[in-house]
Amino acid sequence: MIAEAGHFALLLALALAIVQSCVGLWAGRSRDAALIAMTRSAALGVCAFVVAAFAALTRAYVISDFSVRNVAENSNSVMPLIYKVSGVWGNHEGSVLLWVLVLAAFAASVALRGRDLPDVLRSNVLAVQGMIAALFLAFILATSNPFSRIDPAPFEGADLNPLLQDLGLAIHPPLLYLGYVGCSIAFSFAVAALIDGRIDAVWAKHVRPWTLAAWIFLTLGIAMGSYWAYYELGWGGFWFWDPVENASLMPWLAATALLHSAVVMEKREALKIWTVLLAIVAFSLSLIGTFLVRSGVLTSVHAFAVDPARGVFILGILVVTIGGSLTLFAWRAPMLKHGGLFAPVSREGALVFNNLFLAAACAAVFIGTLYPLALEALTGAKISVGPPFFNMTVIPLMAPLIIAMPLGQNLAWKRGDLLGAAQRVQLSFAVAVAAAAIIAAATWGGPVLAPIAIGGGVWLIVGSFSEIGARVSRGAPSALASRLIGLPRSAFGTAVAHAGVGVTVIGLAATAWHVERIATMRSGDMIDVGAYRLRLDSITPRTGANYREDAARFTILKDSAEVGSVVSAKRIYPIRQMPTTEAGLWTHGIGQVYVSLGEIETDGSVAVRVYDKPLVLLIWLGAVVMAIGGALSLSDRRRRVGAPRPARAPPAMAPAE
Amino acid sequence: MSRRQRRLALIGSALAVLAAAAALVLTALRDSIVFFHPPTEIVEKAIAPGSRLRVGGLVKEGSLVRGEGRSVRFVVTDTKTDLPVSYAGILPDLFREGQGVVAEGVLQADHSFRADSVLAKHDEKYMPREVADALKKQGLWQHNGADAAPSTQ
Repeated sequence: MIAEAGHFALLLALALAIVQSCVGLWAGRSRDAALIAMTRSAALGVCAFVVAAFAALTRAYVISDFSVRNVAENSNSVMPLIYKVSGVWGNHEGSVLLWVLVLAAFAASVALRGRDLPDVLRSNVLAVQGMIAALFLAFILATSNPFSRIDPAPFEGADLNPLLQDLGLAIHPPLLYLGYVGCSIAFSFAVAALIDGRIDAVWAKHVRPWTLAAWIFLTLGIAMGSYWAYYELGWGGFWFWDPVENASLMPWLAATALLHSAVVMEKREALKIWTVLLAIVAFSLSLIGTFLVRSGVLTSVHAFAVDPARGVFILGILVVTIGGSLTLFAWRAPMLKHGGLFAPVSREGALVFNNLFLAAACAAVFIGTLYPLALEALTGAKISVGPPFFNMTVIPLMAPLIIAMPLGQNLAWKRGDLLGAAQRVQLSFAVAVAAAAIIAAATWGGPVLAPIAIGGGVWLIVGSFSEIGARVSRGAPSALASRLIGLPRSAFGTAVAHAGVGVTVIGLAATAWHVERIATMRSGDMIDVGAYRLRLDSITPRTGANYREDAARFTILKDSAEVGSVVSAKRIYPIRQMPTTEAGLWTHGIGQVYVSLGEIETDGSVAVRVYDKPLVLLIWLGAVVMAIGGALSLSDRRRRVGAPRPARAPPAMAPAE
Repeated sequence: MSRRQRRLALIGSALAVLAAAAALVLTALRDSIVFFHPPTEIVEKAIAPGSRLRVGGLVKEGSLVRGEGRSVRFVVTDTKTDLPVSYAGILPDLFREGQGVVAEGVLQADHSFRADSVLAKHDEKYMPREVADALKKQGLWQHNGADAAPSTQ
């Protein structure tokens, strides 16, 4: 009964979403107060009904109601509760429902957000959000109903794919969806501006926090997905340039570019049309990502069930949304008032540089991801574009950004002084060169490019703070602390986020020193990997809630002293007869020793894959630092439009938030 | 600089970056794409030995032989043509006889295949799409309820 109520709630949400979009458009034209209020209520109503539907499905999972087909196919009564709950979105239907839930929640927060958002803009934004929500709700109801029943109901469910029975599933998809769908707000703002024919710095001021929030979630979601793949798939890699990973990287690159171009628009009213285009592109890439992942055109762990009707429907949504918005763009963009031009050597110029390279990298990833699909559709030839392609294209396009980032931060608006900026980053440059030289000397005869890349990372970390350093060190040294506190929080946000890129770069560069060893081992055998020696102590069978496993315990030795131990296991989930490898991770500082098992032979020997991965955690910690930078910037008071201007109060009176 | 010059500088630098990116993409595409072929196609199209490619099909029942160390040999078949494959390394969790597999590597002069990576499907319902298509071409694909699974008997 509750499942049917959930189904009905989705229908009501669809009807209300249509109301929201029609009334919103009308309100945007007529500026009628009642219609404006109605649009807001409709957005809240859609959100309430989608929440109700999601709650109904979650309940079915928690109580293991196997008369609901979706639950029977993807859950099991013996599964731990956390996986029952995260299993709600560990399948096609549920994950689309989560997508819509996030979309509706974002629309509701636009509806609720303070009085400072102009009513016309808000109505148009909500109208566009309503359209997207209506399309996806129609998709769920037409092709992916999560509430359909089976009769008779089975006694036991078919279990969740064991690869997904992990804490990662509880975190990664919601974060990623918050990022993907967060891009829809920027998209709706862009389309609203095109509908209204008006775009100005206030627009940019409103778009930035949403884009920033989406970007933070996307950054964390991608990093989380990468770490999950790293420990769950058991081959020690963290990024495979899999099309599905690229599907999340492309919106990230576009959103990063959008963040930077919106700054130019907010400060200088330039790059208007480009910013609108980027906002459209960022969300379009999120949609394409959803299409690639959900339609089953790709071979991937993310492709749950393959059903051509769904692919066609999503393709339809894609054509309507992307085609429609781009057509609107082509029609209306020339009518927008052009912004000013500016000198090439200036902060704006540097941000354009950033946009050019990010857009080019995004295009390269796009081509590499979609070329095989296009070629197959056109000629029938099946090809795969692997990591070499992406390494050859993306790395050279990222390198100029790494070099330019601290310089650009030090350029002034309007007319920059390249020489002055270079002088300010002299010290950072010297530190970076010294770091590269020390690393190169310490690892002489090893990888050549890695020390240079580490120098690049150090350059970013130190150089990102050079602007703050320069701003603070002007004037009397006694007032240094108060000047530091007086700096806007967004200045720290920028510095921290850029430093985060540097941290990730160091982590990536250090992969050059990763050591891999593969050996067949028996109890008591030793294996040397990097600076460590591992001893296989025992292989013991164990039983978990819904699996059996053979757990191999290793002792880790360094200079013949025991420093730790690690357990790696080969699991079998009997319900699906599916084996998985549980990698053993031993973390020392920011490095890890990674152990994964191959097949255990009847004679008790086992193939073991061992890695020594120094500095590996920096790859993901860098993303966390980037997100912290974004959050700092988001918390800047000036970002809250309409909030009272920050008082230049003495430090003791500074708000403690 | 005049307005016109500024605009030209902006457009010029944008074009330069785009051209560099396009050049990178084109060279990378030429050097790093890998074609997929089922075993029958390798014979029919007379693919030259030494070329890097992906093969896919089913692991023939009873063909898996473990050799010295971690080297293994098995036969990939689309049931019409068999292709012997050698591989040194740990096979993926879901590698099984009678199931779908994709191997990437180099075709040898003796028409065997030396793989340097082996991919199996991700769960027991799922079949690499290339393999499914190749099997469909051979008329061996059977729909069996909601889950499409190839007949391996």
